[in-house]
Amino acid sequence: MGMRKVAIVGAGITKFVRRAQETGKELSWQASKMALESCDLTLDDVDMVTLGTAPDAFDGVHMKGEYLADGAGAIGKPYMRHYVGGGTGVFSPIHGWFHVASGMADICLVVAEEKMSSCHPHPQGAFLTIFDHTTEQPLMPTLIWIFALEMHRYMETYGITKADIARVSVKNKLNAMDHPSAQIPQKITVEDVLNSETLCWPVNRLDISPASDGAAAIVLASERVARRLTDKPVWIDGVGHAIDTAYWATRDLSYPRYVETAARQAYEMAGITEPDKEIHIAEPYDPFDYKELHHMEGLMLCPRGKAAQLTADGVTARDGNMPICPSGGALGVGNPIAATGLMKIIEIFLQLRGEAGKRQVPGNPRCGLAQAWGDLMQMGTVVVMRN
Amino acid sequence: MVKRVAIVGIGTTGFRPITPDVSFRELIFEAARKAYTDAGIEPSEIDGFITTAEDFMEGYSIADEYCPDQIGAVLKPTQTVPGDFLHGLATGYMMIMTGAFRTVAIEAHSKASNVKNIGELMGFAQDPVYNRPLRETPHAVAGLEMTRYLFESVTTSEQCARVVVKNKRNAMRNPYAAFGADITEGDVLASEPVSLPLHRLDIAPHADGAVVAVLAAEDIASTVCETPVWIEGIGWSTDTPTLEMRDWGDAAYARLSAEMAYRMAGIEDPASLIDFAEICDEYSYKELQHMEALKLCMPGEAGFMLESGATSYQGELPINISGGALGVGHLFEASGAHKILELVEQLRGEAGARQIPDVNVGLAQVWRGVPTATGAVAILSNM
Repeated sequence: MGMRKVAIVGAGITKFVRRAQETGKELSWQASKMALESCDLTLDDVDMVTLGTAPDAFDGVHMKGEYLADGAGAIGKPYMRHYVGGGTGVFSPIHGWFHVASGMADICLVVAEEKMSSCHPHPQGAFLTIFDHTTEQPLMPTLIWIFALEMHRYMETYGITKADIARVSVKNKLNAMDHPSAQIPQKITVEDVLNSETLCWPVNRLDISPASDGAAAIVLASERVARRLTDKPVWIDGVGHAIDTAYWATRDLSYPRYVETAARQAYEMAGITEPDKEIHIAEPYDPFDYKELHHMEGLMLCPRGKAAQLTADGVTARDGNMPICPSGGALGVGNPIAATGLMKIIEIFLQLRGEAGKRQVPGNPRCGLAQAWGDLMQMGTVVVMRN
Repeated sequence: MVKRVAIVGIGTTGFRPITPDVSFRELIFEAARKAYTDAGIEPSEIDGFITTAEDFMEGYSIADEYCPDQIGAVLKPTQTVPGDFLHGLATGYMMIMTGAFRTVAIEAHSKASNVKNIGELMGFAQDPVYNRPLRETPHAVAGLEMTRYLFESVTTSEQCARVVVKNKRNAMRNPYAAFGADITEGDVLASEPVSLPLHRLDIAPHADGAVVAVLAAEDIASTVCETPVWIEGIGWSTDTPTLEMRDWGDAAYARLSAEMAYRMAGIEDPASLIDFAEICDEYSYKELQHMEALKLCMPGEAGFMLESGATSYQGELPINISGGALGVGHLFEASGAHKILELVEQLRGEAGARQIPDVNVGLAQVWRGVPTATGAVAILSNM
């Protein structure tokens, strides 16, 4: 295609916790510093900065991007915030890719931050105002309420049981045991998930990722600079993003067509025709356990309705044929929204470099994918990477 | 490789103090429909979409959700840039320069009349630990900054009042403007003191409205459009958000973003190369402070340049011929959008009663308001 190649050359991530003592600025600073140190750069080397963070209502700060500017190392630099709801974290490297692939920057620092604990008594409160003020807010919906609708629809369409879905939670929380940033790594069983408190049927407490505070950052570089900085650049070979209609009640909730649209863009750019064979490892967004299955199907990693069977067969385990969420995902590592997406990008980055330590998947993966999803169940963001 | 990017279509609702008859989505729809008609393009032919919005101003926690339908972006690459329209323009420019997108539409709107208490809402932008407990309003911070600027540049309140007079008079020739008026410096100085030296009429009142622009790569622009308006330079920059740590007299964000845009456009002597400029005048003194930061005059000379008439409608370097924020209305995230709209109309020769003869290069500049030190600059040309 004649585009400038863009590589990830460094990454940093804070611990994900329920209530961080640090401010959002400090979390951003920690992640940015780690990312720069991981590739022996300083702020002086950075041309531009882009920051991803989800609703301002979490921190209770208007123009949150402006507030976080100094923490993200942006002072005196071209700096922008980008935002696609829950899909923000995987959109962050896409926005960074615009900076470098366009030739505007050679080195771009990409930061993702979320501090949900500032929202009292629980960040769910912030989600009350995501719904249409005329047609939906009077019903007092919560996020769990609409995801229960979607989960139920998915189960009904393909004849999937709650136990099939619970296996995802068991797998991811176990994977997270090896992640140093993890908030709730746990060894649990399918029965534990099924017996946990029902929040809004069919969603139980252990089907859901926690509310978290955390930040992550990566350094993007143009090809010439990347080859000078590292022997192991990980290339961003395909990017895609797509949004569906805001009128979510008019959509078929059993299949995320916006994820498919985004994936097709990324696959076309990366020259991928058979994603189930060419993608060796994937980090789809898993804020709810059924979403991992839903997204695997949208990403065309398996036929519709078949993701649960792959999980039951162990194909998606860390030592399976197609490891899915080897990091532990949002269910295990935690879910500071924008930072989660970038955590997934960082996991694929480390796996493709063979630097994932105890989490390293066997078989030297060469091509990986991360995906996030957001807004009113309508936004898909996809990044394909190769080593 | 793409070499140049142009604006090939633009549409607006115009700007009004209140718009109780339409929702923000209807405002956006009207602007989008006009922009696509202007460009002669169907939304299905557009590769990517950008909206610029801030959650708190929208009253939604994830305002991004409500952008796709009315701009024709369903199942298309669409993102929100919580910044000014010029930040969106910069993102759109980069998207096309990657080669992966050939056309991009950018949307910005203001529905400020929906917000019951803007002053209090803007207070939420201040540092929650250090500044918010002091309960300063944005105007209080601006008053302090104005004092510092007037002191450092030896500018007077009378000169600032003259900015208001000029811009509100310019707005009377602009059918889009909401606050055109024929007033005198005495009226400005006699208006209610808000945070001295800032008077009520020194402050841009807010307005509602939407703008959508369509960008295209060079090959498409040259075929679909008679007068493509080229993006020659674009720059954006952020100084510290911490009030206590910045230099209050110097608009560093404007200086740095202008330097970036001038470098890109290959402009060494902006004062002589730029034919006209639309610069941020959310507060009257800001127009003068920004003229100096943009190197359109020497430090301390902006007030004299204004008094000489050089920045008036018929001067050598007309500034805020549209009426600026003081005359058109302050549009929050859409501030840059009305400036780009003015540049495009002037450079196409479609500005009607306010058309400046023989213009080729225009500059638009924005600032994101108190307490930020973030700004952006775009340089457009019709050559």
